Amino acid sequence: MTQRRKITIIASACIVLSLAASSFVLHRTDQLRPQATLDEVLFLSSPKVIKRASLGYDGLMACIYWTRAVQYFGYRHHFYATSYNLLAPLLEITTHLDPHLVVAYEFGTSFLAPKPPFGAGEPERAIELMNYGIQNNPDNWHLYYDLGFVYYMQLHDYKDAAETFERGSHVPNAHPFLKILAAQMAQHAGEYETARMLWSATYQTTQDKQIKENAVEHLRALRVDEDVQHLQEAVTRFGERTGRLPASMAELVAAEGLPGTPVDPYGHPYKLTPEGRVEVRVPDDFPFATKGLPPGYKPSPKFHAL
Amino acid sequence: MRIAHIASNTFREAVRDRVLYNLIAFALLLSGAAILVGQISIEIEKLVVINLGLTAVSLFGVVIAIFIGIGLVSKEIEKRTLYTVLSRPVRRWEFIVGKFFGLVGTLVVNTFFMAVGVFAALFYVSHKFVRADALILVALYFIVLQFLIVCALALLFSSFSSPLLSAVFAFSLFVIGSFAEDLRNFAALAHGVSRWLATGAAYLVPNFSAFNVITSIAHEQPVAGQLILQNTVYAVFYATMALSGAVLIFEYRDLK
Repeated sequence: MTQRRKITIIASACIVLSLAASSFVLHRTDQLRPQATLDEVLFLSSPKVIKRASLGYDGLMACIYWTRAVQYFGYRHHFYATSYNLLAPLLEITTHLDPHLVVAYEFGTSFLAPKPPFGAGEPERAIELMNYGIQNNPDNWHLYYDLGFVYYMQLHDYKDAAETFERGSHVPNAHPFLKILAAQMAQHAGEYETARMLWSATYQTTQDKQIKENAVEHLRALRVDEDVQHLQEAVTRFGERTGRLPASMAELVAAEGLPGTPVDPYGHPYKLTPEGRVEVRVPDDFPFATKGLPPGYKPSPKFHAL
Repeated sequence: MRIAHIASNTFREAVRDRVLYNLIAFALLLSGAAILVGQISIEIEKLVVINLGLTAVSLFGVVIAIFIGIGLVSKEIEKRTLYTVLSRPVRRWEFIVGKFFGLVGTLVVNTFFMAVGVFAALFYVSHKFVRADALILVALYFIVLQFLIVCALALLFSSFSSPLLSAVFAFSLFVIGSFAEDLRNFAALAHGVSRWLATGAAYLVPNFSAFNVITSIAHEQPVAGQLILQNTVYAVFYATMALSGAVLIFEYRDLK
């Protein structure tokens, strides 16, 4: 074997072994500091500084920061986090770099506004973000819709929701339902029908698969909430009539003259507990339901917030 | 005619440079990577392809312009080929102007290939081209105008300085030129002598920010015809100014 061949073999082996060893050590180091990658590190937090540092390529920087915001949210959400400290600053930087990046307002709001674990639980920051979006994209009616949505769903501020939908309805080419929503807010705020209308509108107006799925899940949850409320009222009525709780769902159905055993949107019959509580069979099927869940139930950490 | 000969020789020399191909390959790789970046984000696949692709074309073009431009004169002096050229009936200004056009030609061809990469990546993510995609051609045109200025500046510095210093000067001017609007804003806020100095500096350094329409084009916002015209005129005048400076310095340079 020539000298050169020997060196080639030894050097190649060194490369492979060193790479394997360094990867192994890195893996072990990651285990020591499992959340040190995307977590809580924002070396530059000023949008103005970052805009200048981008040398005019601010569109690309906005895409990078938006991707970082998505990854940050997805990563923390996956681990069922209850705080999202960097989310608002990341979204603020993204939108200052590219004020026309509408997707950052739309999704950013749905990341920020819902309560943990579905979101950051910062509806005020979501409203600030959306107002900035409207200021820079005044002709985009979707942004008014999303802002009204936050007022309605998260803050239950029906007056501001109605006012926002009304403003949005005056935008050229705005969807006609904004006017209907504004009127609905004024008359029937807080009713299931209004919430159903909002989620149906979301489903119909988005092209995004994840948002569509999310809207469907909310619609299912609304139906569960409404069903459970009606059934619970039936249980109360039964109790008032007979002085005891119904022994089974079948007895309740017969006593109330219901058309059949009530089932949830997945076709599973609702169950009646010995304590007289109406519950769904598979709570994990309805992550957004607020009624019909077993006491102390916590939804699985799935990616549902979008 | 003599300028055309020098330009074609410069072009041939530049395309033989392996570094050039590495940079183009890297820019194409970035356009391809844009597809992957788009997939780990939400709803910005096309935006990333346009932003990353055009930024790569612009930045790598500037790097190519600077690194080839700074060596155009010094290499000829170092290899002593300049004396052979100038001993023929070639004037010094013709040499500089020929070098400039050769370098610009190289960059135009590079931009074409990198643009093909961007459009290919765009087609991959969108599966079709729409009318608004034609706006990318405007962004590419502005990038080429930017190269005109950078090439002229690289030649200007190359005509009197060492390659390393020329690279530093040219790149610094590119960075300062990207902040030209901030400089102008600063001038508006300043008073007295500082105001005059800042205003003077703002007009002296190249204004690259007006050439950067990548972000607005990514959002399919149209570019005004007036801007296209004014940017063209500005680039031609600025490049002529820098090139004239290079000619003037080279004309008086002692080559012995």
